[in-house]
Amino acid sequence: MTIEPFVASFVASAGFAVLFNVPWRNVGFCGLVGMVGWMIYETLRGVPVEPILATLTASFAVTVVSQLLAKACRAPIIVFSVSGIVPLVPGGTAYDAMLNVVQNHYDMAVQRAFEAFMLSGAIAFGLVFSEVINHAIRKAKL
Amino acid sequence: MEQATPTAGQISKVCMLAGKIMLENGAETYRVEDTMIRIAASYGMPNAHSFVTPTGIIFSLGGMDTQASLMRISERSTDLRKVVLANDISRRIGRGEMSAGEAYERLSEVDGSSAGYPFWIRLLVAAVASGCFLLMFEGSRPDFVPAMVCGGAGYAALNRIPRYIPIKLFSEFSAALAVGVLACLLVRSGLGHSLDKIVIGSIMPLVPGLLITNAVRDLMAGHFVSGLSKGAEAFLTAFAIGSGIAIVLSFFGGEGIA
Repeated sequence: MTIEPFVASFVASAGFAVLFNVPWRNVGFCGLVGMVGWMIYETLRGVPVEPILATLTASFAVTVVSQLLAKACRAPIIVFSVSGIVPLVPGGTAYDAMLNVVQNHYDMAVQRAFEAFMLSGAIAFGLVFSEVINHAIRKAKL
Repeated sequence: MEQATPTAGQISKVCMLAGKIMLENGAETYRVEDTMIRIAASYGMPNAHSFVTPTGIIFSLGGMDTQASLMRISERSTDLRKVVLANDISRRIGRGEMSAGEAYERLSEVDGSSAGYPFWIRLLVAAVASGCFLLMFEGSRPDFVPAMVCGGAGYAALNRIPRYIPIKLFSEFSAALAVGVLACLLVRSGLGHSLDKIVIGSIMPLVPGLLITNAVRDLMAGHFVSGLSKGAEAFLTAFAIGSGIAIVLSFFGGEGIA
């Protein structure tokens, strides 16, 4: 495994943090969150695992790490989770769907669009699951 | 720490300002409500109620003789720095370290400040991020610079067009259009190789990531009005980007695509 995807995902996620005006001291953590999410996604895709399951796991991991960082840095969780989620957004699939629409291949277009929709759903569920676990841990401690 | 008991009007002003800052700069709706109620509680008003939607705040301290405040929020942007600062101030209020007057001054400072990263840095960062996304989506290394150019152009369009035409959907559409046209020209002239990888990499800075995350988190917290409206906003943004790209692709006849 080369170092390139690590660097690329770190820089891309940290870059997103800068675009959202995240304070400078947190930008590195944002890059780290994005890198963790993307490397889990890539590793699972290499196994190979279905894209939906890989996205679900990765977005779950992103939210768990974000929660820990939010506690440690005393900052709102979205500061970290947003930049981590962005690489998982199915831009490529959505692009394919659009491409098929303009080429009049509506059957493929609908298929790809639905795939993109399901992948977004997987991201949402990853967020929900980790929130559930967070609540469960908090309840158990009390 | 001994301090004068703040009047209901002061508490209300502090809460409204904190809520306004957080809502305008991209915090989740439920966090805005939560923060406002916590601030009120730490100033001795435990029965406050706040109702927040993406376009307005209604806040009441509760009880018989207090008035409800209403604030209309018409402009929203993303500046997480302000959200973090407002959050810090509310934490300090919660620990009883700040009087209402001081909190109001601090919040006004945060609200008025326009610091943050200068435009050219954000432009550069958007360009580099586009290049990195290209590499992540298995694009070839020679396409790194074309993706940077397209991504930077898209981000510049997204930021500069609202000055002339204040319609969010249109600026997103034009940004996607700019990305598509530039990518096609670069591929035609032989500087870029794979059109689809370049386009996918460079539209990533336009993706409504914050809206998607906030929509899900608001829906989870039971804020259906905010969650659904943010979801609709995210969908419209995605649709605008998609149509911009689709128009370019249909004009350029899909040349350069395997």
